[in-house]
Amino acid sequence: MIPGVFDYHSPNSLDEAISLLKQHSGDAKILAGGQSLIPAMRFRLAVPSILIDINRLNDLRYVEERGDHLAIGAMTREHTLEDSPVVRSSYPLLYDTAVVIADPLVRNQATVGGNIAHADPANDHPATMLAYDATVVAKGPGGERTIAIDDFFTGLFENAMGEDEILTEIRIPKPSAGSGGAYTKFERKVGDYAISAAAVQLRLSGDTIAEARIGLTNVSAVPIRAKSAEGALVGKAVTPETIEAAGQAAAAECDPSPDLRGSVDYKRDVTRVMVKRSIEKAVARAKGGK
Amino acid sequence: MSDHEITLTINGESVTRSVEARTLLVHFIREDLSLTGTHIGCDTTSCGACTVLVNGKPVKSCTMFAVQAEGAEVETIESLAAAGKLHPLQEGFWEKHGLQCGYCTPGMIMSAKGFLAQNPNPTEDEIRHGISGNLCRCTGYNKIVEAIQYAAEKLQAAEGGE
Repeated sequence: MIPGVFDYHSPNSLDEAISLLKQHSGDAKILAGGQSLIPAMRFRLAVPSILIDINRLNDLRYVEERGDHLAIGAMTREHTLEDSPVVRSSYPLLYDTAVVIADPLVRNQATVGGNIAHADPANDHPATMLAYDATVVAKGPGGERTIAIDDFFTGLFENAMGEDEILTEIRIPKPSAGSGGAYTKFERKVGDYAISAAAVQLRLSGDTIAEARIGLTNVSAVPIRAKSAEGALVGKAVTPETIEAAGQAAAAECDPSPDLRGSVDYKRDVTRVMVKRSIEKAVARAKGGK
Repeated sequence: MSDHEITLTINGESVTRSVEARTLLVHFIREDLSLTGTHIGCDTTSCGACTVLVNGKPVKSCTMFAVQAEGAEVETIESLAAAGKLHPLQEGFWEKHGLQCGYCTPGMIMSAKGFLAQNPNPTEDEIRHGISGNLCRCTGYNKIVEAIQYAAEKLQAAEGGE
């Protein structure tokens, strides 16, 4: 299958990319890693008339702690997260996620910014970034602005950026003491999208859950937080009953569609189990475990 | 809808060609360069039969445009055998029966070459993780894992002997 015809540009600077995007507003798509866009173009699900390839923007490849957050350049390849010592040591939820995105070949090309900007509820980073309370940095002709992740996903494959804006960076707040996180994904096989997956980031105060954020993958039309499940945890002591209650709350509040990966009831129950497993792992990590 | 002139290195040789922007790298390799060892399996970024190395990293050549390979070093299965002698990976697949129909083999070998360059002494789990983007419908993978272990040992021994 061969994609439709398009004009191709590969700018050497971010400003050049933004001005091309402004000039062709509405007709142009940004080509990052291309691991979602190119398959969509082969199926003619996407037929952009202009592609702006930003793979020459090497300035947008970095993963490093800056001040109170971890800064990830939008063009960072997924495999870089897997190999990053700071991700491995301090951001276990992100590490868990990085190793289960698609497959190793796709991760060599796919980018963190592309995964998020695509706003596909089946992608893994949206749930993780929701759980982390991340911030997205977007740059357009009018300059740079930040968008809270809670405001970023506006619809299926739709995000809060303007047509002439490019996602340039993702910022994850540095977890405070007593924090732990985990991502648990249930998939039919490596490379498939999740049947359901749960990202949990929480903070313990003694044996009480002081803060918790939970993101869910592929069980809604838009990437969502499981807010009822979060509510079932915060202020409670960590007990099997509390964790079960959170799992059940997430199962009730998610909104999966039936497809070849399973029925609605099945996906709700998988969600309950994924949320429970992620909470258990996050709690263990908050207490200093692996 | 313009054509683009691209120059890249393929298996150590510099080539310059004019390509349409929408030409996928795998089609460029097979049809423009007549290197048909790289296979097209699924056409949906699932199977890994089209795996080649781009600047040393294994990627699916069906999910990249040829224009994006401008200036890159691309290696295909044809680069492995030197002077009629099989590469240790090819020898491993031969000795350990790492293939049945052979369709996935070029992709498997290029993936293995990519991750062995990063991790020359992988555990069985690491090998299975490394080839998890490549589908094989015949072997059940055990013989492929053995083939890659064979190659890893042989490459290590060759390194140690020099």
